[in-house]
Amino acid sequence: MKVLVPVKRVIDYNVRPRVKADGSGVDLANVKMSMNPFDEIAVEEAIRLKEKGVASEIVAVSIGPAKAQETLRTALAMGADRAIHVQTPEDVGSEVEPLAVAKILKAIADEEQPGIVLMGKQAIDDDSNQTGQMLAALWGRPQGTFASKVEVAGDSVQVTREVDGGLETVSLKLPAVVTTDLRLNEPRYASLPNIMKAKSKPLAAKTPADYGVDTAPRLKVTRVVEPPVRQAGIKVGSVDELVAKLKALGVA
Amino acid sequence: MKTLVLVEHDNVHLKDATLATVTAAAKLGEVHLLVAGKGCRAVADAAAKIAGVGKVYLADDAAYEHQMAENVAPLVVGLMDSHDAFLAPATTTGKNVAPRVAALLDVMQVSDIVSVEGERTFTRPIYAGNAIATVESTDAKLVITVRGTTFDKAASEGGSASIEDVSGPGDSGLSSFVSLAAEESERPELTSAKVIVSGGRALKDAATFEQLIVPLADKLGAAVGASRAAVDAGYVPNDYQVGQTGKIVAPQVYIAIGISGAIQHLAGMKDSKVIVAINKDEDAPIFQVADIGLVGDLFQIVPELTSKL
Ligand SMILES: Cc1cc2nc3c(=O)[nH]c(=O)nc-3n(C[C@@H](O)[C@H](O)[C@H](O)COP(=O)(O)OP(=O)(O)OC[C@H]3O[C@@H](n4cnc5c(N)ncnc54)[C@H](O)[C@@H]3O)c2cc1C
Ligand SMILES: Cc1cc2nc3c(=O)[nH]c(=O)nc-3n(C[C@H](O)[C@H](O)[C@H](O)COP(=O)(O)OP(=O)(O)OC[C@H]3O[C@@H](n4cnc5c(N)ncnc54)[C@H](O)[C@@H]3O)c2cc1C
Repeated sequence: MKVLVPVKRVIDYNVRPRVKADGSGVDLANVKMSMNPFDEIAVEEAIRLKEKGVASEIVAVSIGPAKAQETLRTALAMGADRAIHVQTPEDVGSEVEPLAVAKILKAIADEEQPGIVLMGKQAIDDDSNQTGQMLAALWGRPQGTFASKVEVAGDSVQVTREVDGGLETVSLKLPAVVTTDLRLNEPRYASLPNIMKAKSKPLAAKTPADYGVDTAPRLKVTRVVEPPVRQAGIKVGSVDELVAKLKALGVA
Repeated sequence: MKTLVLVEHDNVHLKDATLATVTAAAKLGEVHLLVAGKGCRAVADAAAKIAGVGKVYLADDAAYEHQMAENVAPLVVGLMDSHDAFLAPATTTGKNVAPRVAALLDVMQVSDIVSVEGERTFTRPIYAGNAIATVESTDAKLVITVRGTTFDKAASEGGSASIEDVSGPGDSGLSSFVSLAAEESERPELTSAKVIVSGGRALKDAATFEQLIVPLADKLGAAVGASRAAVDAGYVPNDYQVGQTGKIVAPQVYIAIGISGAIQHLAGMKDSKVIVAINKDEDAPIFQVADIGLVGDLFQIVPELTSKL
């Protein structure tokens, strides 16, 4: 069974994002970028499926500007077998929305016929939490979102989902889309020899037009501003003072 | 504009997240509700009483018992012929169903809105809440998820909407429910609690968390939350996690104990009215957002605090 893993290049999670003064977006110039953490978890899970003999091949795919190739090389160094880069323009405002990403992924799924598409539950930049569900809809396949456990058995997969009320387990007919939550696994680091090896793994270069997908945005981002800043308050010196404060707030 | 709101429920009770979503929908136009479930007429009755609701659709079918997105999305799509906007609470159920609806309608969803600025214009937090984007949809229909903490709850009494039975395509045959492991608790729900006591990695282990955090929460009638580090380490279950990728909360008082204040954690609680932080490191980032801070060792402070309340 083939596993398709879409990966996105995003601002590193340790970086504090800064809004541009002109309100046009977040300043990403000279900012450290990394693979979306949830996508690292997806790559790791795909590798584990391969190590268990469930998956036969792992194909990583990224839709984004030229630098998205770095993210694909990271996936290859972790253990993906080959990569597809769907290149989009560099300029600001040409970011591809989840719906268009899902359409491209659907076209790739039709071509590659994966048994599972494993992807992140949300990208930590735009925090949309949509792409996996949209792909599942367009592909006419089931979805196991926010997964903390994935078990393939025959022609179905059991997915344990982190939901508001606890942990829900569902059974999905394959092929299926699974989106990862934080506790699915702890991703490995790529070793130096594997980073070297990844350089010669195949990486196909494509464009959205190759898949007949129009990436024109449907949402217009008209303004991006800083949220109101919270001011630091006071420090109290003792538990008694804290108790008094809580009483004054009417909660104690 | 006619809006359709997905009701959040467990086949018995209507959940509060619905009420904030109704408020957001009412800013756009007429509000209709969809209750999809099994044996859930009581929920539809409760939904019909919500102030400002024009109509309640009830889809009562075994296929909708667990609100599997594969089954619910086509049902919603059918109803969208006669509606202009679909809104769901940004809960795990809403986040699971809404994008599936959006894709079937060929619409780009607007996720997690925090305000309605106009008929097609909304604001939403991005980058873990470090930026607020104003977005305008150019799609024919709107699909939206709503952040519950930023809209007032619609009154749960006062309405008298009619209930209309509807049916959809039923079971897709693609997915099935296996089980739900949920902890029964008398405690208030995290997302609607007035007071939250949250513990972090510093709590050491599950037993210590239970010994220190729980009695304090009991004294305050508070819900219990946690940082990702505390959940990852197994101190508490996953549904306690507050943050960018956990639950978004905005209680009147949020007490962070042994939590450093990483941006991912702040994203989930910085709209709390009053933030109290207890941390032994006076430079911990949590103090930059805390209204009331106490620097010191939680292992001394928390028992003393609990005993003095
Ligand atoms: C300030 C700002 C301005 C913006 N302006 C515009 C604009 O003018 N025009 C516009 O079209 N968009 C714009 N966007 C949106 C665009 O940047 C987002 O990338 C897009 O909406 C995708 O959302 P997401 O990644 O959060 O999706 P999610 O649904 O959160 O992503 C979930 C998962 O989908 C997969 N995935 C998502 N994207 C890709 C990808 N590209 N390649 C491979 N896998 C992927 C990954 O597995 C990821 O974990 C803007 C965003 C911001 C923050
Ligand atoms: C993709 C991604 C998503 C994430 N999503 C979330 C999320 O949704 N929610 C979330 O919380 N995190 C999230 N994180 C993790 C986040 O980055 C932090 O790692 C996490 O919040 C740290 O938890 P903590 O504050 O409990 O632990 P630490 O950062 O280790 O802080 C522990 C604190 O306890 C204090 N302390 C230690 N001993 C004592 C003592 N005896 N008395 C008093 N104070 C003491 C220390 O001074 C320190 O400040 C995410 C990370 C990533 C990469």
